[in-house]
Amino acid sequence: MNFNLYKYILGISDNSLILGQRMGALTGHGPSLETDIACTNISLDLFGQVRSYYQYAAKIADDGRTEDDIAMLRKEREYLNVLLVEQPDTDFAFTMARQFLFDVYHLLFLTELQKNKDLTLSAIATKSMKEVSYHQRFSSDWIKRLGDGTEESHLKMQDAIDTLWTYTDELFHQTEADKIMVSEGIGVDVTKLKDNYYQKVNNVLEEATLKIPESKYFQKGGKEGIHTEHMGYLLSDLQYMQRTYPNMEW
Amino acid sequence: MSKDNNQTPLPSEGAGGRKNWPLWEVFVRSKNGLEHRHFGSLHAADAEMALENARDVYTRRNEGVSIWVVESKNITASNPEHNGELFEPAQDKVYRHPTFYDLPDEVKHM
Repeated sequence: MNFNLYKYILGISDNSLILGQRMGALTGHGPSLETDIACTNISLDLFGQVRSYYQYAAKIADDGRTEDDIAMLRKEREYLNVLLVEQPDTDFAFTMARQFLFDVYHLLFLTELQKNKDLTLSAIATKSMKEVSYHQRFSSDWIKRLGDGTEESHLKMQDAIDTLWTYTDELFHQTEADKIMVSEGIGVDVTKLKDNYYQKVNNVLEEATLKIPESKYFQKGGKEGIHTEHMGYLLSDLQYMQRTYPNMEW
Repeated sequence: MSKDNNQTPLPSEGAGGRKNWPLWEVFVRSKNGLEHRHFGSLHAADAEMALENARDVYTRRNEGVSIWVVESKNITASNPEHNGELFEPAQDKVYRHPTFYDLPDEVKHM
């Protein structure tokens, strides 16, 4: 099997799986019925994308595992999502800031992935782009609403942006598998997305009357499987049923 | 950095909180050529949010191609107490229905 391609696919899809799990866990707990449904929709969009990626990964791996096995039965160190998407829902400002900081990257990434010579990845990217465009519109609106809202909502949104900022640089970090896939003309060179990303993010923050964080200290590790303390709790929720009742279906 | 894990976001109930969000009526065009129909209502802080919420609440199963929202307070409704004088006089005047004409098949949705 092409181990680098397998890892490369997981690196993309684990982001959507973990963010989808975060948003899905809010079902029934959103701040209003309408927002709750919107968050669940985003979660379902992400899970839909995840299925296509994992089905492809299972085909590449060709070791008898299914898409479900790949999604549900890996250990923490084998998940390759960025640290940003596993951060907790401290309050609704955090939920939207996490979504926004990922959405801007996600759309830039898919736009490049769409041009891929790997036709499966290119097709998934094309299908996902409309969904992610809407995610970005939705989360950007909430950044502006809360940032340029009341004094309290402004403080909370600024706190969320300041806290999550430290996880943004990892989006543009390349793993060994990434570099090899880029050299083979399949991977997206994420380092080239960085300037455009911060420009787009900063534009929205400015419109939201939020301060652009100046911190130059960034955390990374998720892409190598080294996660924050929140990941274990998230996975125990995600994997509980399959671990307790192996191979159960419903 | 480390905030409470898995804490559910609390809804804001204060001034400007969702309890003060006005009610909006949602009209959806199911497909081109049909008129917008009333689908239901929802809460939103402004028109833009009402459109997004309507998209998520009422068209997530591919129900529409166009959405209108209007704040409920802008709709003037007839008073149910006046139903007698408003509507009952029409009940025994069947000749006001254009049922005595043959409509060509090409005329749909009449």
